[in-house]
Amino acid sequence: MLKTSLTFVGIAFIAVVLADLEVSTQHPWLEMGRMVEGVFTPELSVIWEFKASLLNTAIFALCGTFLGVILGIGLAFFFQFLPVRLFCAFIRAIHEIFWAFIFLPIVGLNSICGVLAIAIPYAGIFAKVYAEIIQESDQQPLEGIPKDTHRLSRFFYGVLPVIYADTKHYTAYRFECALRSSAILGFIGLPTLGYHLETFFKEGMYSEVAALLIVFYFLIASLKYWLKPRLVPVYVVLAFALLSREISLSWENVARFFTYEILPWPMRRQGIHDGTYTVSFVLIPVLEWVKAIWLDEAWEGIWKTIVLTQIVLVGTGLFSLFVFPFACRHFAGKVTNRIWHYLLIIVRTTPEYILAYIFLTLWGPSMLPAVWAILLHNGAILAFLSSNNADLVQLRIDAPFKRIDRYFYEILPRVYGQFLAFLFYRWEVMMRESAILGILGIYTLGFYIHSAISDDQIDKAMLLILFTAILNMGIDSISQVVRRRLKISTKLSIAS
Amino acid sequence: MDSDTPSCLFSLDKENISYQDTTILKNVTLEINQGEKVGLIGPSGAGKTTLLRTLYQRVSEQSAFVHQHYALVPQLSVFHNVYVGRLDRNTTSQNLINLVYPREQVRQEIFPILDSLGIKEKSFVRVGELSGGEMQRVAVARAIYRQESILLADEPVSSIDPHQAGAVLELINQVAETVVMSLHAVELALKYAERIIGLHNGEIQFDLSAEEVTPVILKELYQQS
Repeated sequence: MLKTSLTFVGIAFIAVVLADLEVSTQHPWLEMGRMVEGVFTPELSVIWEFKASLLNTAIFALCGTFLGVILGIGLAFFFQFLPVRLFCAFIRAIHEIFWAFIFLPIVGLNSICGVLAIAIPYAGIFAKVYAEIIQESDQQPLEGIPKDTHRLSRFFYGVLPVIYADTKHYTAYRFECALRSSAILGFIGLPTLGYHLETFFKEGMYSEVAALLIVFYFLIASLKYWLKPRLVPVYVVLAFALLSREISLSWENVARFFTYEILPWPMRRQGIHDGTYTVSFVLIPVLEWVKAIWLDEAWEGIWKTIVLTQIVLVGTGLFSLFVFPFACRHFAGKVTNRIWHYLLIIVRTTPEYILAYIFLTLWGPSMLPAVWAILLHNGAILAFLSSNNADLVQLRIDAPFKRIDRYFYEILPRVYGQFLAFLFYRWEVMMRESAILGILGIYTLGFYIHSAISDDQIDKAMLLILFTAILNMGIDSISQVVRRRLKISTKLSIAS
Repeated sequence: MDSDTPSCLFSLDKENISYQDTTILKNVTLEINQGEKVGLIGPSGAGKTTLLRTLYQRVSEQSAFVHQHYALVPQLSVFHNVYVGRLDRNTTSQNLINLVYPREQVRQEIFPILDSLGIKEKSFVRVGELSGGEMQRVAVARAIYRQESILLADEPVSSIDPHQAGAVLELINQVAETVVMSLHAVELALKYAERIIGLHNGEIQFDLSAEEVTPVILKELYQQS
């Protein structure tokens, strides 16, 4: 485990040398001062003014999660088949924002786009996690069920009751993620919270930003009070009823998208030049087109995405190892613990896209904002988890008195395996985020995808998204291999 | 079938059986007839569970099984766990409706069984909240609810108080025509089974009627290495 850890630290060190991490703004501290001022003077009146975007954020998240759960359950039943597993890996390898880019030209910038952008990747995630929960669940109850029982009865009596609690918790957690996804979809123009946040950030109206973020935190913090299983059907029905119907979905458009617009440019070139819009099947020019995109953009984008991901992976690890003791009962008093707990929750609740926006405003475009945004978001999740796990450890009464000894000899060895497993589990997530943050101006894959979309080059955008998805699936499998080889699991196992 | 001579339900002829690579039954020859009450005894690891599971595989259509580790669904109520015993006889829609709203008829079938096992007041308590002894009663209740003529039970009273265990075994003997059960407590086996099979190291050591089993035979069974 140590060797693997050090190898990754070494890779990250090289990546830091290669990465562009400079601060390019003239007065970062001045801007910081204005932001802090904004936090303490939130302009709460905007909350009422922009209530529609708040409602939309919740509605998209609800509808998206609901559809994701339904599709995910369906897929989970066939998860033993390799094509289904690959399909799920593929759809979850594409970030919500990229999915929105895909649906944008098909259905337009509307609620369907927002809901599908959440539902599809989430379906892939739910399918995988539900299938894993079923696989790892207690099998003994099934033995008591008569052999000839119908599959459905067997499921409802022998499987569902056993997995219910785990799936419920995971789905609730995912709904929280969906609220974040929904909020940041506004940054690309959908009518959610991010739409106004972007405007306010650009105008430097930090009191307004603060007010909207406060409502967002409140929304997430209050989940446990209003998100009751019994009430979920009511919310879902309401959400679908309130979902904006102002959509002009033309099947012609949909068909045109799939049969024409996503085709590589060389296949359409001839038809566009002579005005017939016919499609010509030309293999060599298409391959050359792919090669040109690969050399000009994809290669650079992939390289930058990997560099950023590797820095962030190790950065997240170091950050959480350093921070979690402050939130752990074995190292600090109750008050410190509480403060750090809440700090971590706030940081974790803030979507990384918004964190990146804040740092971008402070430091100007370079990898630095992206590094800190992804690192803080993931680091907060990981530190929170590790401190909770460390709290479960019962220290012997003659445990080392010095905190540093206690950390390295008693606590860290016990939590490190699960910590590492979880870190590698999030590797793929970090890569997805690294790619996305290219939209904010660093040359990761998202930058090139965003430019292609802006230039209306849908074929190129699709090819680049495909590359991104393959890269992600690759990282996902490497991560699985590493975890299996180290024999570590995200499942908790702490001996006191 | 001839009604005078009891028909043979199981017959093993010099069979070697392995189960999950653990215990192996060696050269087992055995016949069990309809209406017999058989007790399997022997030290741990002798092959009692393997023998019971083997018998179950041969006649699973006509028999109910009481698992040593109960095999209950901890998240479901006592009532629903007992209902599981007949899942294969009801339609899927009946089963699903029963999860939400049990029909009166089903209640009338299940409550008396729970009553006779002394757990009726726990009917709608989740099984996960019960004590080990109570869980075991639920496992027995489920097997009884299946209403089969053959009942195979693997240590059905291991967690039940000795002075209450007898009543449970009595009940098992009443409801099923043919009973094969493994029992840790030899006194119970001798009292509630008519035929005793002593197993050791995967082999049948003796196969006698309960009256024929003497302390010497038992001492031999448990003390040899």
